[in-house]
Amino acid sequence: MTAGSPVVGSPESPDADDPETPPIEVRDLVVSFGDVPVVSGVDLRVERGSLVGLVGPNGAGKTTVLRAIKGTLSPDAGAVRLDGDDADSLSAREAGRRVASVPQETSLAFDFRVRQVVEMGRTPHLGRFDGHGPDDERAVREAMDAAGVARFADRAITEVSGGERQRVLLARALAQATPSLLLDEPTASLDVNHAVRTLELVRDLVDDGRAALAAIHDLDVAARYCDEIVVLADGGVRAAGPPAEVLTADALRDAFDAEAFVGESPATGTPTVTAFDATDGGEANNGAEPDDETDPRRVHVVGRGRPAGRAVARVAAAGHAVSVGVVPEGDAVAGVAADADATAVTAPPFAAVPDERRAEAVALAREADVTVAVGEVGRVEPRTATGGETEANAAVLAASDRVARIGGDGDRFGDDELLDAVRETDGPDTSDR
Amino acid sequence: MSAWTRSTKWSAALAATLGLTVVVSAAIGPVRIPPAEVVKAVLNALVVPAGIETTSQGVGPLTLPGVDLAYRSPFAFPVDRVHQQIVVGVRLPRILMAALVGFALAAAGTVMQGFFRNPMADPSIIGVSSGAAVGAVAFIVFPVALSATLTLPLVGAVDVGISYGAGVSLFAFVGSLAAAFGVYAIATRHGRTPVATLLLAGVAVQTFLGAVISYLQLQAGESLRRIVAWLMGHLSGAAWSDVAVTAVVVPPLFGVLLVYARDLNVMLLGEEEAQGLGIAVERTKRILLAASALITAAGVAFAGIIGFVGLIVPHMLRLVVGPDHRVLLPSAALAGGSFLVAADTLARAGSTELPVGVVTAAVGAPFFVYLLVTREVDEL
Repeated sequence: MTAGSPVVGSPESPDADDPETPPIEVRDLVVSFGDVPVVSGVDLRVERGSLVGLVGPNGAGKTTVLRAIKGTLSPDAGAVRLDGDDADSLSAREAGRRVASVPQETSLAFDFRVRQVVEMGRTPHLGRFDGHGPDDERAVREAMDAAGVARFADRAITEVSGGERQRVLLARALAQATPSLLLDEPTASLDVNHAVRTLELVRDLVDDGRAALAAIHDLDVAARYCDEIVVLADGGVRAAGPPAEVLTADALRDAFDAEAFVGESPATGTPTVTAFDATDGGEANNGAEPDDETDPRRVHVVGRGRPAGRAVARVAAAGHAVSVGVVPEGDAVAGVAADADATAVTAPPFAAVPDERRAEAVALAREADVTVAVGEVGRVEPRTATGGETEANAAVLAASDRVARIGGDGDRFGDDELLDAVRETDGPDTSDR
Repeated sequence: MSAWTRSTKWSAALAATLGLTVVVSAAIGPVRIPPAEVVKAVLNALVVPAGIETTSQGVGPLTLPGVDLAYRSPFAFPVDRVHQQIVVGVRLPRILMAALVGFALAAAGTVMQGFFRNPMADPSIIGVSSGAAVGAVAFIVFPVALSATLTLPLVGAVDVGISYGAGVSLFAFVGSLAAAFGVYAIATRHGRTPVATLLLAGVAVQTFLGAVISYLQLQAGESLRRIVAWLMGHLSGAAWSDVAVTAVVVPPLFGVLLVYARDLNVMLLGEEEAQGLGIAVERTKRILLAASALITAAGVAFAGIIGFVGLIVPHMLRLVVGPDHRVLLPSAALAGGSFLVAADTLARAGSTELPVGVVTAAVGAPFFVYLLVTREVDEL
């Protein structure tokens, strides 16, 4: 056990002594429902003091993996090990002392008090006729305090809200005092405040030495709290590793069939994912498969501020190679370009654009299949008084073979308009390389 | 206060209520006997072992030494001999039978409601009652002699067999267990018994057995009246021997159910969660099903089909003591005993005796409607 005060009653693991044995280890797991393989060949390890996020599209097999670890379904092949022991060889009671799980919902039909439900978490620690001893009382009290359910401990479980019920289930799992925690969408029905508090609590428990595996839909949340992310898709592991390495536009396109832009959250500094409907821009993409990656274009974006940033993000998410410029240093679009790994030509604000920067931007625009002019930039006549950037960008547009102007009307434009512009300006009649 | 402590307190209070109900019930009848005299008569009938006697018994040509317990009656209150006979010989066996049957049905009903996570479940849900009815009706329609005279070496001719009434009970008991096992077998695949499948299998088997019962009634002829009486539930004609058999069967089964009371609480969370909390779900389900089927069978084998006790009583008690089965199960069982004793007293108190099943349904159904209308049922 770690020094310092644990958040909730320390895990009462039978062999938590060997630090080398991972609390949860899954090897080459195969699960089928009938003839339909749901999970095939999944490997994962959750170490002590590590929170692993299981992400993936609906139907990827996240819940199935959790159920196999819990022991509620038996794998067709492969092994689940809890603290080094094969889960098959453990009694339900023994398994219940090693892994606690927080389900998405509970089907409790009778009006048990919240306290009674939390007390049920002590079941694997009690003999058939044992009453609750002081240890049990303490574990229950601490679990209720930690999960923030003590306030309504005497209300009926059928009378509390969905979010409160989810916290009761968390409290129950905490009362179980196991070295490992499984969470299935722990924040699905929580408001922002309680979602954050719940994950902070799980984070604290993990920092305290527990192992946790959580199926999480919200990629931003997963990126923010998890030490490691495992991306499941089509029943297999597509990627695994630290969030910043795993959550990339390519990996997400691959796993989710969605166009995504991965940026860095200004508030937390962790990756933040914005997904787009891959079927946007239907006309140009007439009848094509949603995941048809309309052959990537070189796109140069001219403009500034948030509208141009949004255009860069969307075009990058659609799989096109993007460059930007000329933009003032520190402009919003420069940040987005950095997240999108796009080349950005910047210049000091309120000053004339240095010649070499202007030449660089012009070269990029010339190479590009299409140059997108966002907002006013395409319309305003260059006036010397406005500084060098506008005038430089006029030169950039002039150098482009094809220019698409969007968002001229108060900087507003739709994703369809943008993507159609990118595709249509390079119609089928023009040269394919 | 721990659950078992609460359980003990409620059980003590409800056991006292049951005792009071029994005494009051024994006082009521064509001959009114003051409750104080009932208590005295019952105490007079009590015996305690007093010592050991050796006897010698002649069996055939041999003389076997035997050991018998000698009994002694610790009380000798002055009680009218006729009253003594009415209370102990006539009323008490019937009343105790009612208490045992009510106890068994309410216990099984409580467990089934928890097991199916459905407040509308009752003991008959897995086909136990229909099976008992088919067994009993078949025996009534086609009585078979269950007696034989065996000639044993050394001993000579010995008559073995059971009476007609015991034959009905035996067939009912076997029929109920066969039906319950059939339902279980239909619903079980690969060692797992999903609760929803079990429920539907129960409905299917009950419907089929209902058809069999109707057919047998058509074939019944003269014995139709007896069939109808059995199907409506009855406690008249209970003898001390019937009480003794039921009293031996019911308490141990109730003990088994009580041992699993906490597991049943956890099972209410859903089977997956129960599994995660260390309950061996499939094994627990098998034990609960078997014990409930047996305890119900023991109840209905003698008394026929008595509805509503197993449905209403667990409901009422859940409103009073809450859903924790460690408290609810003994409370509901004891209250079920009191309820059926009271209902049977009503059934025999009028000028014409009614089948007790008619009384329980007539009292139970309006009460159930009351629960529905006041929305208490929704919240269970």
